[in-house]
Amino acid sequence: MENLGRIGFSEEQADLLEVAESFCRERSPVERVRALIRDSLGHDPAVWQEMAELGWLGIAIPEAYGGVGLGLAEVVPVVEQMGRRLMAGPFVSTTLAGQALLAGGTEAQKAAWLPRLAEGMPATLALMEADGNWDLEAVTATAEGGATLSLSGQKLFVENAATAGLVIASVFHDGAPALVLIETEALPDGALRRETVIDETRRSFELTLDGISVPSSQLLDTGKARAALSHIHLAANLLATAEMTGCTQACIDYTIDYLNTRKQFGKLIGSYQALKHPSVDAYVTYEQARSHLYSAAHSFTEQGTGEVATRMAKTAADKALSFAADRAIQFHGGFGFTYDCDAHLYRRRAIWHASQHGDAAWHKRKLAQMLL
Amino acid sequence: MSEVNEKELAEFAAEADAWFAENVDPDPGFMLPLTFMEVGTDQQFDFLRQWQNKVWEAGYLGAAWPREYGGGGLPEAFQRAATKAMRKHNGPIMLNAIGLNWTGPLLLDIGSEAHKAKYLKGILSAEDIWCQGFSEPEHGSDLGNAQTRAVREGEEYVVNGSKIWTTQGNYAKYMILLARTDPDAPRKYDGLSFFLAPMQIPGVETHPIRKLTGEYGFTQTFFTDARIPADGLIGAEGEGWKVAMRTLEYERGARGGQPGGYVITERDAFDVLDLARRMMRGGEPLMEDPVMQDRLMDFIIEIQANRLCQERQKVAPLTSDRPMGLALSSKLMSTELVRRLNEFAVTLTGPRAGYYVGDENAVDEGIWARGYLNAFSATIGGGTSQIQHNIIGEHVLGLPKS
Repeated sequence: MENLGRIGFSEEQADLLEVAESFCRERSPVERVRALIRDSLGHDPAVWQEMAELGWLGIAIPEAYGGVGLGLAEVVPVVEQMGRRLMAGPFVSTTLAGQALLAGGTEAQKAAWLPRLAEGMPATLALMEADGNWDLEAVTATAEGGATLSLSGQKLFVENAATAGLVIASVFHDGAPALVLIETEALPDGALRRETVIDETRRSFELTLDGISVPSSQLLDTGKARAALSHIHLAANLLATAEMTGCTQACIDYTIDYLNTRKQFGKLIGSYQALKHPSVDAYVTYEQARSHLYSAAHSFTEQGTGEVATRMAKTAADKALSFAADRAIQFHGGFGFTYDCDAHLYRRRAIWHASQHGDAAWHKRKLAQMLL
Repeated sequence: MSEVNEKELAEFAAEADAWFAENVDPDPGFMLPLTFMEVGTDQQFDFLRQWQNKVWEAGYLGAAWPREYGGGGLPEAFQRAATKAMRKHNGPIMLNAIGLNWTGPLLLDIGSEAHKAKYLKGILSAEDIWCQGFSEPEHGSDLGNAQTRAVREGEEYVVNGSKIWTTQGNYAKYMILLARTDPDAPRKYDGLSFFLAPMQIPGVETHPIRKLTGEYGFTQTFFTDARIPADGLIGAEGEGWKVAMRTLEYERGARGGQPGGYVITERDAFDVLDLARRMMRGGEPLMEDPVMQDRLMDFIIEIQANRLCQERQKVAPLTSDRPMGLALSSKLMSTELVRRLNEFAVTLTGPRAGYYVGDENAVDEGIWARGYLNAFSATIGGGTSQIQHNIIGEHVLGLPKS
């Protein structure tokens, strides 16, 4: 248990943090976030285009495939700043689709798709199922056949499926979990149903695979499927942690701002220790979570340590955001109970992230198996 | 400060490692204090004083302090290497905590040449033990309201009043003293002055305080017309509050300048995991219980978080939003964690939690219960956790004063 991860911060991370901080602040003020909640697409295509031009979609894609050639450690500060501004869009799902291809794709698939992702074609993953848990190998959807594969089953929480050009779905094939590429052009009418999800800034879909056929060349390398699923699981948790950490910071800033302006009984409510002290607890817990985040980012590629640091980071982020956002609603009093107060945006997002790829209790269980 | 020569540093680290391997006595034959606040017997005091002196003479304490004041004149990295070796071999604590971590950094920072020459070497060698006189019986957390009086008479101040929670007060040669020189100042803070005061003079008396553990380690200090030299004043008259706050920042780790080593040894997660493996419930080790596993993971994650926060303090772009945040939070984070970890450990011992230090059936000689009770010294002393919340809330988050 000696190496549980440590902090490291590259120049590239520092540069990206600085650029992303101002970009996300300017492009995603909360009025914009709220307008996009009402918009069916749910994100701003012009901003997406700008992000592609900045090269952000290729940060973790090797130069040979048209990317920048850095890693997920450098994606983390960008996603953290997006989380801080509740910025919507297919950035994370597209990055994760790229990771799936890198970890599990054939050479031909990588050469065909990665450059397009780096250029700005949105993509996504279809991994979750109704009776599944957070174990990505527990798959009941199937792909059967030889040269042509017939797919069947239901996939849940397929983010941004309506905008994505490419979906990578997990299926059971030939006695083992596998990953398969589905071009969204080929989806029959009615294959996608928009889900009503707790985090309204997101666009999430149920995908019915029944009736979809793909050539067997669309299967990712079956020999790498388990390793790819494991990598996706950790990568998804790392990026979720980044989003949650940024979100926690914003939630605390938002609450502190209210405590510094709202008066009751003739005093600013932030002067009352009943509100001040739990706000400090939220802040300290946030700082702990952020330290874990940058340890996980730095240690991510280290065998064993990366997994430990990432699971710890997700656990810490779940605790920090859940507490900060819960108190944010309470400390806004009557206003906190209204839709107009932003506190619920943070609380809803916390529940969303806990629901995807493992909550604190689940990650602690995994860590206990590894460490105790 | 000279450039770090990596080769010399590696050699120094290897020598320190070998030295501590050879010189740490795993069993001195009696229970050593875990912290500088628990030095309760002369036997413990004498042993630790000799130990600190030996470490200093070997060059592993104050390695980065200037040579002219008894230090080693080396870059900070050398002292870090020495402290690491000390920790690795479970060396006993450094005794002279107030001198090393409060007075020393303060004098190096803003002391006069005469003060540095007079005091610093004796701090490192443990020849001159220091104590701290801030808290008063009636003004525990409200330091700014201290009422001990110091009245100028020629080249002396005449001191009257009482200080409490004076760690090692009965052994100390000097005290850093916060006393009121102007009772009529419009702001209570402006009436305070900060002194380096001798303890072994007429009019200064110390009475030992028995702690909740049944042991000793603190005194109450009484001043009755005690005459202290005026040249012990640090800062101007009336600037005592500012100097005291600065001193607390050394203690809270928000400023550098400490000579190294450590003054507190804590049970860590490994010790608690080991305990959970040894304690049985219903025929199985407690470690097998999923509920216990969940709670143990919470502690491990939190301990790791605090360690990472220390590392992150050195990464400027990752602290720019609230630059003082991590430094001002570290006391609260670490002391509350130690208290909760010990409290949890006591519960692991099950029915034998009913035993206390001294009974042969007590688990691990009763260190868990004693450690838990002693942990309050850190969550109360140096500004209670509740005051820490106010400090962080007001100085980091910018909330209005309570």
